[in-house]
Amino acid sequence: MSKEEKKVNRRDFLFTASYAIGAVGVGAVIWPMIDQMNPDKAQQALATTEVDISSIEPGKSITVLWRGKPIFIKKRTSEEIAEARAVKLDDLPDPQKDEDRVKAGKDEWLVMLGVCTHLGCVPLKDKGDFNGWFCPCHGSHYDVSGRIRKGPAPTNMEIPKFEFVDSNTIKIG
Amino acid sequence: MSEHEYVPKSKAGKWFNDRLPLLTLGAHLTDYPTPKNLNYWWTFGGILTFCLITQIVTGIVLAMHYVAHADLAFASVEHIMRDVNYGWLIRYIHSNGASMFFLAVYIHIFRSLFYGSYKSPREVIWIIGLMIYLLMMAAAFMGYVLPWGQMSFWGATVITNLFSAIPLVGDSITTWLWGAYSVDNPTLNRFFSLHYLIPFLILGLVVLHIWALHVPGNNNPVGIDIKKPSKDTVPFHPYITIKDAFALLVFMIIFAGFVFFTPNVLGHSDNYIPANPLVTPAHIVPEWYLLPFYAILRSVPDKLGGVILMFGAIFILFVLPWLDTSKVRSAVFRPIYRQFYWIFVLDVLMLGYVGAMPAEGIYLVLARVGTIYYFAHFIIVMPVVGLLEKTDPVPMSISEPVLTGGAEPSLARKVNDKV
Repeated sequence: MSKEEKKVNRRDFLFTASYAIGAVGVGAVIWPMIDQMNPDKAQQALATTEVDISSIEPGKSITVLWRGKPIFIKKRTSEEIAEARAVKLDDLPDPQKDEDRVKAGKDEWLVMLGVCTHLGCVPLKDKGDFNGWFCPCHGSHYDVSGRIRKGPAPTNMEIPKFEFVDSNTIKIG
Repeated sequence: MSEHEYVPKSKAGKWFNDRLPLLTLGAHLTDYPTPKNLNYWWTFGGILTFCLITQIVTGIVLAMHYVAHADLAFASVEHIMRDVNYGWLIRYIHSNGASMFFLAVYIHIFRSLFYGSYKSPREVIWIIGLMIYLLMMAAAFMGYVLPWGQMSFWGATVITNLFSAIPLVGDSITTWLWGAYSVDNPTLNRFFSLHYLIPFLILGLVVLHIWALHVPGNNNPVGIDIKKPSKDTVPFHPYITIKDAFALLVFMIIFAGFVFFTPNVLGHSDNYIPANPLVTPAHIVPEWYLLPFYAILRSVPDKLGGVILMFGAIFILFVLPWLDTSKVRSAVFRPIYRQFYWIFVLDVLMLGYVGAMPAEGIYLVLARVGTIYYFAHFIIVMPVVGLLEKTDPVPMSISEPVLTGGAEPSLARKVNDKV
């Protein structure tokens, strides 16, 4: 009896092969059921937005919708840029230079995903302890460069992919 | 479980029962021997069954009029309120019904905590109950999203963003949950689908919950094992059914009080503003029944840490039967644990209160103290008190304190001490 148990016979092979084929089959059926929940083609098609920025005054900002999320476009004054660049990187929870958050030569334009990196609320402008944005949901403070300074948010507000089509138009996405 | 085999009286009944023993099941449920000392805290199982059925019936009716589309949902809810015959009544029963459901389930859970109903041999009943509770929270959250008001939208945003705290795959999971790059129409659509599904999953788990209950039988206020059937038990019908019915009536009066006199007091007025993805309401709060967990989330100054503690606060309940080291079930005979129990109740109530307040100043301090105590209760108090506490003598049977002249179980101590 015990001798026979140890022997791998054709039946064991058939069992293992059947389980393996079965597992592949189940996986092949489950994947479409899972992937159907990812963004569909209609959602993906909304991936770029062009914005006219000619009417924004220095120190002011506008909010536009991109992929269902707000984008803050702020034309910063030279004082604001200087303030953002005077901050020591050691003081930042998520160290990043202001220069790395804007396009070179277009330093006045801060284009940023207006979504708190904590739990996704929209921060309020010109509020908080750092002259930038303040999220009312759980109290995250961002500076004039949109970098996290205080509160539960782990990272700076995200910079989306964007480019200047001409001096008055930017394309987001 | 009664040992004697049930035989239907009629010939047709016998014919059917031989093929599907539903009548045997009915007889089992009718005769089911129940401890005769069950107090009114034990009536909430029946009340919760009523709540579930109410939610399912009113929900099916609402789904006949509701439209799950981002452009139409808000208007369709107003259409239910203004145009549909008795739509206002059905929707107010459904929305307040969720609150009443949670009120009852919290009483049910705290009853279990006081009388040690989660302890051996009832661990599986307890765990199935917690699974029901988790599904209830999921159903309530998704239901709250459906009117597509400001609180719906931003509640959905904050809760789904909890998953973005997961390292590496967090953002992909969040996008997958949304079906878009933010909370949007696909999110609303799937939440409606799942909101319709979950109550039926709960119904299935309720059947398992009751099945698991009927194996060892009910715990009882003195928390001792009893012989079934015996002098310590009464048949479920009519003794328990009539007691449950009376408690249910009182509960329904309170329920109706909310529905007819203050139908919006438990909601938030911001949810009567249509969803706006550009503006977050200044003060967002979840529904009252989730506030203690919200307070725990906000008490941690770290995103991932807050999320872990919030889910941990629920999942620690699953291992409670093994954290409690006491051999005595009922807190009636546990003088030390009894005091900690009430401190814990106050702690949860305090967390609920600070969860509704802004996360700053004294509220943040209270939330942190409350969170630490919440976990300390399970991780330190439960195991340590169970080992060190000198419990009061437990009566030999439910009848004993009565037969020996004291109606209060605690009076039985003196008698027991001599024995």
